[in-house]
Amino acid sequence: MVNLIWIFMLLSGIIFSMFNGTIDEVNKGLFDSAGQAVELVIGFAAIFTLWLGMMEIANRAGLLSLVTKLFYPIIRKLFPDLPKNHPASGYIMTNISANFFGLGNAATPFGVKAMKELQQINTKPEQASRSMVTFLCLNTAAITFFPATIVSMRLSEGAVDPLDIVVPAFIATIFSCSAAILYDRISWKLVEGKSK
Amino acid sequence: MIDVVLISKLILPLLILTILISALVTRTDAYDAFVSGGKEGLQMAASLLPFLVGMMAAISVLRSSGLLMWITNIVSPLFLYFNVPAELFPLFLTRPISGTAALSITADLTHTFGPEHLIARLAAVIQGSTDTTLYILTVYFGAVGIKKMGRALVVGLLADLTGMIIAVVITVWYFQNIWS
Repeated sequence: MVNLIWIFMLLSGIIFSMFNGTIDEVNKGLFDSAGQAVELVIGFAAIFTLWLGMMEIANRAGLLSLVTKLFYPIIRKLFPDLPKNHPASGYIMTNISANFFGLGNAATPFGVKAMKELQQINTKPEQASRSMVTFLCLNTAAITFFPATIVSMRLSEGAVDPLDIVVPAFIATIFSCSAAILYDRISWKLVEGKSK
Repeated sequence: MIDVVLISKLILPLLILTILISALVTRTDAYDAFVSGGKEGLQMAASLLPFLVGMMAAISVLRSSGLLMWITNIVSPLFLYFNVPAELFPLFLTRPISGTAALSITADLTHTFGPEHLIARLAAVIQGSTDTTLYILTVYFGAVGIKKMGRALVVGLLADLTGMIIAVVITVWYFQNIWS
């Protein structure tokens, strides 16, 4: 499905630009975006190296397995397919915590590491496993206590109280995260639950 | 009020502090662990490049061709039907696709209407309470080489839509009843 969406995005945009007279912009946009992707990867390399290094210390010092044990009751409920005390749960918890505090940049390396751990117990390596879809849902609709980017944007725009949106945003994420988990469960039952 | 900002700034340094103290207590060779753990970083980031270039190019074509704006203009009147300001529609459409585009729309709305206007607050809550689903799927699935995302995309986009509707309802309720 991603294949079709991807082709559709490029195709419809290019054809539209021919009638809209925006071919120059499309040409520029193509190369600019590729450059932006490279810049993003360079940024990732720095953050990934720093946080994967830190997490390896936490791993060897036994901190990660402590976190795993501590949050096992929650993890077991959310990820029924995950074996007990699996290393993925430690990374999943740190990823969720980083999102909670609005630290999107730090959340990414933990999340990627969690995905790598989940991939190791995935029976069909080409296909997203049940735990992976659940984990992705927890990320796209993460419970966020402090949306750092938006607060600093409102601050620079001269808001009287840039923090006035923190409470409604927090409440909204609680509801949307619950909705995401619910959709995940329902769709799992519809698609894969039947065959079991 | 400022305390919340301070706490959010302190989280990562405190995390590093906790990790290092626990390394000292358990007599772990922290530097050796850091170096060997960090080795993966560059390769992991580099493996994301083709996924990111592909997705960002497609999004950029959609934006720069003017197609995204064209669709926006057609569908906006629907918003008025539901009593939601039509100015918010571009944000609804771009939020799951492009984080930077959505942020620039939110910044623009904040600038045009003023930070205390309901539209600016709605935009801020929508921006702050949802995430760029397409980008997250690209990065996380790209990192492990998953090509069949299965239910993830549909569930993610459905959650986005729900999240944005919830954000509108809660913001209107909050600023009319709680905030004064």
